[in-house]
Amino acid sequence: MAAQISIRIDGELCAAAEGETIFDVAEANGKFIPALCHMEGVSSAGSCRLCLVEVAGVDRLLPACTTPAQRGMAVTTGSERLKQHRRLALELLFVERNHYCAVCVSNGHCELQALATKLGVTFVRYPYNTPRLPVDVSHPRFVLDHNRCILCSRCVRVCDEIEGAHVWDIAGRGIGSRVVAELDKPWGESQACTSCGKCVQVCPTGALVEKGYAVEEMTRSRGAVTRLGAKKGTAS
Amino acid sequence: MKKARLATLWLDGCSGCHMSLLDIDEAIIAVAQQADILYGPLVDAQEFPLDIDVAVVEGAVSSEDDLEKIQLVRRNSRILVALGDCAVTGNVPAMRNTYAVKTILERVYIEGADVNKGLPGVGAPTLRKRATPIHDVVKVDLHVPGCPPSAKSILFVLQELLAGRIPDLKSSTRFG
Repeated sequence: MAAQISIRIDGELCAAAEGETIFDVAEANGKFIPALCHMEGVSSAGSCRLCLVEVAGVDRLLPACTTPAQRGMAVTTGSERLKQHRRLALELLFVERNHYCAVCVSNGHCELQALATKLGVTFVRYPYNTPRLPVDVSHPRFVLDHNRCILCSRCVRVCDEIEGAHVWDIAGRGIGSRVVAELDKPWGESQACTSCGKCVQVCPTGALVEKGYAVEEMTRSRGAVTRLGAKKGTAS
Repeated sequence: MKKARLATLWLDGCSGCHMSLLDIDEAIIAVAQQADILYGPLVDAQEFPLDIDVAVVEGAVSSEDDLEKIQLVRRNSRILVALGDCAVTGNVPAMRNTYAVKTILERVYIEGADVNKGLPGVGAPTLRKRATPIHDVVKVDLHVPGCPPSAKSILFVLQELLAGRIPDLKSSTRFG
């Protein structure tokens, strides 16, 4: 059994097991740290940068979901500086691709949209990038809409770690990165895809959705994917 | 007490935000007791007046005409409110931004037309290269997202502004 340690989160002493991440310790102690890529049940990627926290004695901000709690650590989760960084991270997610909430199948059930509301982001300060991106409808049951993808990589991880099929990867670099099926095939031509739909159930936005839904209709049942955190049952 | 001077403006949007404004129902009487609504699609006025206290603007800035209007509104208004997702983010009007204006116009008015094929000519406002949020071209004092924002949040915004406060929307509105 892992050694018991204690850390301070926002001044409060919290018990933790050695090896647990700051995110998990905070959550277990009822503290809210926003996140879009982290998901209980799969490994952490630290890609969305929403869960950045301050650790006393460390100059840079650290992602709570990939930073192990260490004995005597003092963590701050909600300073003004962090709020500014989180707002910035959200805004950059909104400008990078085309997130038109009003006409999205996931409107009202989207974690990106909900987090903007929760963090009080009522507008975006930067010009929208508006890239022209494809929508892959080659799969008989599902759609991959790159316009809505925030590259959280939950689909990559759930497919690899839980379904064991490893259909998804992220190809390219920087702003040119794309989620690709089976080394960049149309999804419908993937041999490895079992059509289990786990990737669809874990997608935080409207990037991976079931076919046949209109605006606001795409709800998810995360609870249907066993081995994922049950308490996070459904999105939003 | 001197009544506040209120105006609304409809740029590139569907008028749904104005509909939502009307959805405040009888509360509009209370608003009218505190403020004169001097310009907008709901008012028969030709010129945007001077000395406006609160201007509430729906829609994205899509054409040169929109740009001229919003610049005039900014000059003549103390508080400018971007109402709804089109004004705040560009939203649906901005979905054209991935294509060149010429491509879109030809698609609609030539390929898509059965009769009178041809691009809009004299009198039609020139489309700008991109449809943008209002704050891309003028200073905006308050953003009220939503498609449309609920009548309740619009009323809250108006009441707060008319009481001389900038409303704190916190989590009472959302994109979409």
